[in-house]
Amino acid sequence: MALTGVLRPGHAQIRVLDIEESAKWYENVLGLVPMGKDASGRVYFKTRAERDHNSVILRQADRAGMDFFGYKVLDKTTLDDLDKKLQAHGVKTERIPAGELLETGERVRFKIPTGHTIELYAEKKDVGNATGYTNPEMDVIDGPGITPIRLDHCLIYGGDIDGAREVFTKVLGFTLVERVKLEDGTTDLATWLTCSAKAHDIALVRHGEDDKLHHVSFQLGSWEQVLRAADIMSKNRVSIDVGPTRHGITNGTTIYFFDPSGNRLETFCGGYDHYPDMNPITWTWDEVGAGIFYHNRKLNDAFLSVVT
Amino acid sequence: MPAYTITIDDTGESYRCVDYRSVLEGMEALGKKGIPVGCRNGGCGVCKVQVTAGSYSRRVMSREHVSEADEAAGCVLSCRIKPTSDLHLSVLGAMKKNVCRPLPEAAAVSAV
Repeated sequence: MALTGVLRPGHAQIRVLDIEESAKWYENVLGLVPMGKDASGRVYFKTRAERDHNSVILRQADRAGMDFFGYKVLDKTTLDDLDKKLQAHGVKTERIPAGELLETGERVRFKIPTGHTIELYAEKKDVGNATGYTNPEMDVIDGPGITPIRLDHCLIYGGDIDGAREVFTKVLGFTLVERVKLEDGTTDLATWLTCSAKAHDIALVRHGEDDKLHHVSFQLGSWEQVLRAADIMSKNRVSIDVGPTRHGITNGTTIYFFDPSGNRLETFCGGYDHYPDMNPITWTWDEVGAGIFYHNRKLNDAFLSVVT
Repeated sequence: MPAYTITIDDTGESYRCVDYRSVLEGMEALGKKGIPVGCRNGGCGVCKVQVTAGSYSRRVMSREHVSEADEAAGCVLSCRIKPTSDLHLSVLGAMKKNVCRPLPEAAAVSAV
């Protein structure tokens, strides 16, 4: 499919309890590239492979969690058009001026019915990846850390996941890829949505409290890279939640782990391609264990209930 | 390396925790149970306990789960405290109901 409209996940602003400790960890253990600090003390990162200036922004706060998740859209016209469509759908939007985030253009900010803040933007400075635009060599990973390819998706917890799904599918052009049904066979416990040909660009889980973060995910290139990430995590005493293992949902391979403030992150690899003509896949309540963790086919308490 | 005895009063479980490990990490490393395990990094609040006796050092933890008054009353996240003496604690965390079943020995003792 020719990508138009919303292109991809662009940035996540994550709250951390100790900015200096976290900045070192995101650089040396996760393996992101530091891209500077702004006047308010926020610290910026990108992956080696990402071409835009930043994708992860850390903000010092007294509680963990995620401030907002941003998507890049095709161009300024698309941004204006989606802003109008959001308003027509009854979503209140706010314009954040260019430059409020380093090297980032104007953003359209809004809340979805689960209470999370989502942003759209069309412009972010192209700084190029680690190999450049002319006669590039392969990027041999020789630096410290896990070194993911890109910011891949987020999974968020909140009450009205049906209303949130409508905003993403009816207004922003996302497609429903997979869903898990509750015991009643009707209500969605969780949905996986894509704006691209990836298996998911956001996922939503029904939860008693709004505006909660389950995880921010980073893409890796192979199952071996996922296992390498696990070795790096153990060597650095990273708190691992689950994995390495595979998801039934999306078929991706994964490790869930926590940053130094207890925000869950994921290293994710694989997942099938999805096109908008494909019917969504449904998981029934009795097989949800295998949907989430394909190998041991059962959930764990921490995975379900630990959010920030 | 000094090690201290941590006693979880709810279950009667006790274990030795070296001074460079958090109270939660010390429990997990020995395969012990009693305090629910969440993010292990001070963010999620799942491993909240009240320390009723003993001393400890502490690191920053989420104010969403531990207020200043909590902290003053010894209510802390066990992933963020390291023992500097033997400790007694009771479990306050979100999953208390799932993990705080008295051990048979403890139940027998309390029945006496």
